[in-house]
This record gives sequence, structure tokens and C-alpha cells, in this order.
Amino acid sequence: MDILSVALPALGSAAGLILQPVVLGYLVLGVVMGLCVGVFPGLGGIAGLSLLLPFMFGMDPVLGLALMIGMVAVVPTSDTFASVLMGIPGSSASQATVLDGFPMAKKGEAARALSAAFASSLFGGLVGAAFLTLFILVARPIVLEFRTPELLMITVFGLSMVGILAGRVALKGIVAAGLGMMVGTIGEGDSSGELRMASYDLPYLVDGLKLVIVGLGIFAIPEIVALLRQDRAISERSVLGGGWMRGVRDWLANAWLSVRCSIIGVVVGVIPGLGGSVVDWIAYGHTVQTTKDKSRFGSGEVRGVIGPESSNNAKEGGGLVPTLLFGIPGSGSMAIFIGAIALLGSGNIEVGPSMLKNNLDITYAIVWLLALANVVGTLICIGASGGIARLTTIPFSLLAPFLFMIIAFAAFQSGQDLMDLVALFVIGFLGIMMRRFDWSRPAFLIGFVLSNPAETYANQAVQIAQSRFRKGFAEGIDYIFSPIVIVLIIITLISVVVGLRQAKTIMAEGAVKSGRKLAPMIFLLAVLAYLVVSFVDASLIPDYAAADRVFPRFVSGVAIVGALILLVQMIVRPESHALFADRDAGGDREDVHGLWPTLAWFAGLLILTALLGFIIALALFLFAFIYHRAGRPAGYAAAYTGAGIVFMCFMAWLLNRDFPPGLLQSFVDLPWPLT
Amino acid sequence: MNLKTILRRAALGLVMAVSATLAMSGMAASQGIDLKGKTVEWVIPFSETGGSAKWANFYAPLLSEALPGNPTVVVKFMPGAGSTKGANWFQGQSYKDGTLIFGSSGSTQFPYLLGDPRVRYEYNDWNVVLASGTGGVAYLPPDLAGMMNGLDASGLKGTDFIYGSQGATRLDLVPLLAWEMLGLSVEPVFGIKGRGDGRLMFERGEANIDYQTSSSYLKGVTPLVEAGTAVPMMSWGALDASGNIVRDPTFPDMPTFKEVCDATPGCETSGEKWDAWKAFFVAGFPAQKMVFLPAGAPDAAIATYSEAFEAVKARSDFAEISMGRLGVYPQMTGDEATGALASATKVPDSAKEFVVDWLLERYGVSL
Repeated sequence: MDILSVALPALGSAAGLILQPVVLGYLVLGVVMGLCVGVFPGLGGIAGLSLLLPFMFGMDPVLGLALMIGMVAVVPTSDTFASVLMGIPGSSASQATVLDGFPMAKKGEAARALSAAFASSLFGGLVGAAFLTLFILVARPIVLEFRTPELLMITVFGLSMVGILAGRVALKGIVAAGLGMMVGTIGEGDSSGELRMASYDLPYLVDGLKLVIVGLGIFAIPEIVALLRQDRAISERSVLGGGWMRGVRDWLANAWLSVRCSIIGVVVGVIPGLGGSVVDWIAYGHTVQTTKDKSRFGSGEVRGVIGPESSNNAKEGGGLVPTLLFGIPGSGSMAIFIGAIALLGSGNIEVGPSMLKNNLDITYAIVWLLALANVVGTLICIGASGGIARLTTIPFSLLAPFLFMIIAFAAFQSGQDLMDLVALFVIGFLGIMMRRFDWSRPAFLIGFVLSNPAETYANQAVQIAQSRFRKGFAEGIDYIFSPIVIVLIIITLISVVVGLRQAKTIMAEGAVKSGRKLAPMIFLLAVLAYLVVSFVDASLIPDYAAADRVFPRFVSGVAIVGALILLVQMIVRPESHALFADRDAGGDREDVHGLWPTLAWFAGLLILTALLGFIIALALFLFAFIYHRAGRPAGYAAAYTGAGIVFMCFMAWLLNRDFPPGLLQSFVDLPWPLT
Repeated sequence: MNLKTILRRAALGLVMAVSATLAMSGMAASQGIDLKGKTVEWVIPFSETGGSAKWANFYAPLLSEALPGNPTVVVKFMPGAGSTKGANWFQGQSYKDGTLIFGSSGSTQFPYLLGDPRVRYEYNDWNVVLASGTGGVAYLPPDLAGMMNGLDASGLKGTDFIYGSQGATRLDLVPLLAWEMLGLSVEPVFGIKGRGDGRLMFERGEANIDYQTSSSYLKGVTPLVEAGTAVPMMSWGALDASGNIVRDPTFPDMPTFKEVCDATPGCETSGEKWDAWKAFFVAGFPAQKMVFLPAGAPDAAIATYSEAFEAVKARSDFAEISMGRLGVYPQMTGDEATGALASATKVPDSAKEFVVDWLLERYGVSL
């Protein structure tokens, strides 16, 4: 085997490359920076790597890699804090962790959830690195087997996870996913560049909505607003509670689940283009399907933490496969990683097939660094968790403005446009309503994330298949129904059937009471109206651009039918039915504040930003909020405001970013950061 | 982005020790503008991952060293609508103190040339200080390449070609038109996100014809050629001083499209179609990426930037460091850059009309 004769010396020299004190020092530095980035909700690996990018030019390749890998590896570990403690997905890779991790924290089992998550993350990361070591040798032919029909089927498989997450009323989950897909089609079509639900007079929508905005809007904002209305600390009990060892024992007891989910993570991570956004959902779906007692999912089942967390760190190892082997980024952060490698040294390392040939030692150094970073990252996370967890005992009215500030900043980074904040507010409102009426937000997000790959792959597969069929029927059939596709179809069908049967027992977001008929019906009618408008809008696309018309018309058509059936059911069924779930109904309201006044605060921030620019608006907002809403003395509010502004400016200065300008800035030239 | 200053910045906050190595040294020029202590923003209307980002990230630290006063040069990304958004934004900016520059690309030029309704920018208002060229190579799978008779491509006429494309109105217009002129029936599959995806489609055997710009070809396709799974078909060529298409200096052994066209019956290297192809090739490749100062920039500022880019080009190690990242292509400044801008942003009306009609007839795109 000449593979072994080449690989073994390379493995040895890779070990020599990384086992130097200075390399390990850079690795730890990278891990610490990744931890800081990962803890803040919404700032994931992309923001972190962008932060490192300017350092890379001319840097010693191994040191630069240590820094970057340290950061990439720890983000899926550290983002668990936000998911478990605040109920906000720290990054797209830990959306599913929220479902069970946050209820555990509410029950005072935060330490147990965190330690189970960290143990799973560590294990998943190691599995990912081990897998990568082997996979580098054999992957190329396998990954090249994935053609467009296979990619399409993987996407469809991801969509089938909606079945398990649909909640008590399966139809609502399907309509929510359809709505998510329709929101995903907003903007210029990929095939012919026709506009869907957008106009050139509103350039912001032409590019579609960004994942950062939709993710933050659908998940983070509703949680923040809900907690704010209750006006107390996140955790009802003591900080973390005991149970560190219990979490580790939980993981040990479910080690087999962790192995399976790690493998899912690696395999999905290997497939370029899907990225990390689906992997945790697939792992979560798998976890639910393989658990006997499903009743506790959504209200603090530790397996619901172990599954996704095992997969999301393993994914990083898998994601490096296409990145290193083909130079094709598997995710947004990997795209930046490729750019950064080109800057390293004198620019003579380039990812892709040539790297395996010329820089096999560097390739393996990356793999080992990944494994090492996972260990270091987990240890630091455990060490720092006490301090970070104390955040949860702070009254939420003090924490919320700070979180809102970070979220607004992160959202603004996606497009550098004031419209980012408007979009965040609008999507956030949709998220609040979906939460209130118990529409599956995970289903919506999966639909949104997979909308683009589903449409693109479907269009391309059809087009290529037509060409093959022209050559001959057998060739066309061979192309569409390859063995991999058939296996994926079978898995998808099983998953849908099993998922729908089990969905009723999963309270993805806790039990919700039923209320009166009117409010849920108004929301349904609003959703239906949007779907109908976008159906008509898509139908107006002319024939020559039919490729941009088919997908939105099909999806909105299905969703409209679903919504109409729901409407009929709503008219027929009694008020006590689960259809009419409404969190704002019932007498024993936990909320001390109403929805509209709470929203008005944020609308105020938005309007002030449009007028005065972000920093001035933020200063006014923070002071007023802490003084009026949180009821602190003026001095306290001023100090809080000062600290918030300084922090914000420091972050922006470090990342070299600007803030949204307002009307004021178009009349007066102001010095940074007021510009 | 400027390494030194960013490093210095971050070092203040993170690792104080590093800052010691970053003493600034610089001498302000006696004429022109002095940018000491300022921050130059280099706006790129694409995302962090594209070729323009690579190009700007390559130049930014070098530019910082070469500009009088050694200002920080930061690259800002403003992606959207295939660069139209960023270019429209830049059109609205006016010259203040020389701290704003803009990097355009072929994807900015083509919608401008074709009269895309979204274009609200005007190249003639801007001041070019650098123009960087590139080239492109088309390639085939070995079995199809074997059907070519020397330079004569008529053997390929009966084949159904599939090509992964980013869109007919973008740079892909140049290869699509070239293949059509050779009589090949190429069906573009739209919706790919970058040329790298097109290459992957080729590697998977779904596409059976592809093209890459020079740097991507060197990086991604050369290994395939060495492995025997791809064969170069032709390069687009390069322009000599008098505007003729000659062999690409990066690929001297490869025939140009012009040579292949000459050798293929039915393909004419004169006439309306050829003129249109050449006009759009000239607009898209020999001066693909350019750096501009905004409208109203004084001569002193233009001279300062031109001199700075000349100083970068004059570095003793420039050939070495640029080869792997930019390829062997002209990096034009001064009058050369102005000339390149003119040829890149002016196509004859006849060529434009031809392409607009062709896009409508062939792809149903109405502009």
C-alpha cells in the first residue's frame, strides 16, 4: 500500500509540527478567542474567523492554523452556553440543543445539561478528527459519487425532519416549513434572476434574507421578549445546580447514541453546501426516533442535548473534508478558512487536491490540531462555566438590553444596512407570533435554510436528467436512481412515517394551553394571505424564466392547501382543541408586562437608529430602559449605558466594523463611532 | 486588510506582547496627499470568499506600506446583487480626503455594458488607479478532447454539452458565446454559486465542459490535467500592445480561442459575432479588476495612489509573491490603467446590440 507508506511518515511529521510549546500556545489563544465569540448568541465561527483573518498574512502556517483551528473547534462547544442558559441558539449548530437544554436549565439542571453537552461535544470532536484521519485517504472517490440527485435527496432528507418537529398538529408544522421555504425564496432567483416577493426599488430584498437575521429573529427575539415580559431571572432556581458528574454519567449511559450522532455529524458535514444548519436537527430527529419514552422531549430530556451536541462538533471534522480535499467550503466559516490559508506563509499552501499531494503533513497537522483543540476547549468551558452561568441569575430586564444590543449588532453585520434591523424586527415579530400560537419554529427555520439548496438542486437535477434522458432512457434512470439515491429515499420515507407518528408526543416548546378561537385564526389568515400573495407573485414570472417560478409556486401551493385545511378544521373544532394553542390565553399569566409595550421599546430603538444612528440611539435606549423599565436609579442606568456603549465600540473597533447610520449622519459629519 | 495596524489594534486588546514587533516606519512624501494616521477603506462589492476578496487582500498590506504616511488599509465587503449594490453605493460617494477606494470586477462591468436597469453607476465619473488583468481556460474530459482534430473542434458538434453556469449575463457570457461560435451545443445549468462549483460538477461527470479563470485553473484544474481527468481545450488569450489576441503568457503552450476558431469550419474570426465576442472578452478579462477613487478626486490624490501601486509593482519580490496569487498578468497603472478602463467599459454599440439580442433569443433574458 503506497498510501500507507506516504501517510505514516506524514502522520509522524505532523505530530512533530504541532507538539511545540509555541504552537500549543497559539492553539490555546485561539480557543479562548473562540470561546468569547461562541458565548455571544449569533456570533459564530464566521465572525470569529473574520476576526482572525487580518492576522494571517505572512504568518507561519502552523501557528496560523493552530489559531484558526482552536477557534473553529471551540465555537460549537461554547455556543452551548447560550443555548442552555439563555434559550438562544449560540450559533446555527446548536439550534436543537435549545429544545431540551433550556428546559433543563429552567428546572435548575443547567450543570447537568452543560456537562452532558460538553462531554458529547468533546467526544464528537474526537470522533470527527479520527474519522477525518481515515477519510482523507479514502474520501475522494466517495465524495465524488455525490452528484446533484444525491445532494437533492440529502436536502429532502433534511426537510423530512420537519415531520418530527412539527408538534401536536402536524399540518401546522408543514405549513410552517412551507412558510419558511417561501421566505427563503425571497429575492433574485438563482436560475434566471427573476425577483420573487421583491422589487428593485427595495434593493435589500433582492439578495434575500440572511440566515443570521432569520435565526436571531425566529429564535432569539421571541425568547428575549417572553422572558422580558415575565421580568425575572432566566433560571428559577440556584445558578447551575449540582450534577456535573450526573451529566457525564448521562453521557456515558448514552454513549452509543453519542457515537451514532457523531457519525451523523461527520457524514453530513462532509457534504458540501449543507453546512451545519441541518446537522443538529437530523441528530435530534434521530435521537427522538430511537428513544423509547418520548414524552420528555422538549421539557428537559438529556438525550435531546447529547444527540445534537455530539453531532455539531463532529461536523467540523467532516466539514474539513471537502474544504481540504476539494477546496470547496462546506460552510460559511470554512469559506473564510480557505481564504485564510491562502494568506498563510508566502501563499504557497492552497487547499484542494494539491494539498494532499504536497502538504500531507500540514493536512494531518490540521486534523490533530482539531482533536487537541476540542480537548482544550472542553476543559476551558468547564472551568469557566461557573462564571458564565452566573449570567442566568441576573434579572432579565438588566440582561435583555445587552442581549438585544449584541443581536442588533450581529444582525447589522450581515448586510451593513439599516434594513437588517428592520428585517430583524419583522422576522422577530413573526417568531413571537409563531411561539405564541405554537407553530413549530424549528420547522420554519429548516424550511428557510433548505429552501435554496432544494430549489437549486431540484432545478439542476431536472435539467441534467432531461439531457441524459435525451441520450437514452437507461442513462437517465441510472442518473436519477443511483444506489445512494435509493438508499436515501428509503431512509427519508422511514423517517417521515416514524416522525409523524411520534411528533404528537413531543412538546418541542413545552405544553401550551388552548385559548379562544379568534387570535389563532387571525394569525392563520395572515399566514395564508402571505402564501397566496407569494403564489400570485411567483405565477407572474414569465415563461422564459420558468425555472424561478416552479419551486415557489409548488411550495406555496402545498402550504396554501395545508393552511386551508387548517382553516376548515378551526371552524369545525371546539375551542379546547390543540389547534387553538395560545400562550397568551388563560388566567394564570406569568407575564407582568404586555407584549405591545415590550415591543414598543424595541421599535423605539429601531426608529431612533433610523434618525440618530445606532450608537446615539443605543445610548438613549439603554438609559431609558434601565431607568424606566428595570427601575434602577439614574446613576446606575448611566453606568450601565456607558459600559454597554464602550463594549459595543470595542467589539466594532476590533472587528473593524461600522454601525448603522441614521438621518442625522446624512446631514452632519460625525467622528467614529457615531458615523 | 492592513496586517500591521490590525495586528496592532487587536494586540492592544488581546496580546500586548505582539505590539512590540510592530513599530511603524514610514516617510511622508513631499508632494501628493499624506495619509498619515488615517484609515483607507477599500470597498469590495463582493463577499469575503470570492476572487476579488483575494485580490484586495493581496494588495491591501502592500498598498499600506507604499502609501505616504502608511495609513491603515482595510478591506470592506459590501456584497449584493452581483456587485451592483456596492457600485451604486460608490457612485453616491464623493471625494473627501482620499481614504475611500473601490474595487470593481468583470461582474461590475458587464451589467454596465449591457444597460442593466439596476445599474445607477457611471464608470466615467470615477478615477482609475490600478487595473489588473486575468485570463481564462476552457477544458474538456479526455474522451471528448480526443474528438477534436488538432485545433479543429468540428468533431465535437454532435455532443450534448452540459455546463454549470452562474448566469448568462455575467462573465459566463464569454465562454457561452465562444462555444456557440464553434458550433457546440452547450446547455448551461444555472444556479451555481461560484466557478468552483462548476469545476466540482465537471469532476462529478455531470458537466462535460467547463472554464475557469487563470488562478482557479492553476489551482483546481492543473491537478486534474496531471491526473488525466481533464484536458485543456483553449485559453481566451491575452491582448498585445496593439490590441490583438495572442497566447496567454501564463499558458504559452495552449492554443487561444482565436486559433481554434480559425481552424474550425464555420467559425469566423471576423464579422459581427466575433467582434461582439472580442469586445466582451476585452471588457471582462484583460482589465478584470480595477481600483477607483471616487468622483471629484484631485490630481494629487490620483497621482499618490498611482505612485503607490507603481511602488508595489516595483518591489523586488513582487513577481514572486504575485505569481501564486494573481498569475502572470499585467498590473496596470497611470495611462495604461486609463487605457484599460476605456477598453473595458466601452463596447461598440453593434457588439452590445448583438449580445442583447443573443441573450434574449438564446436565454430569454431581456435587458
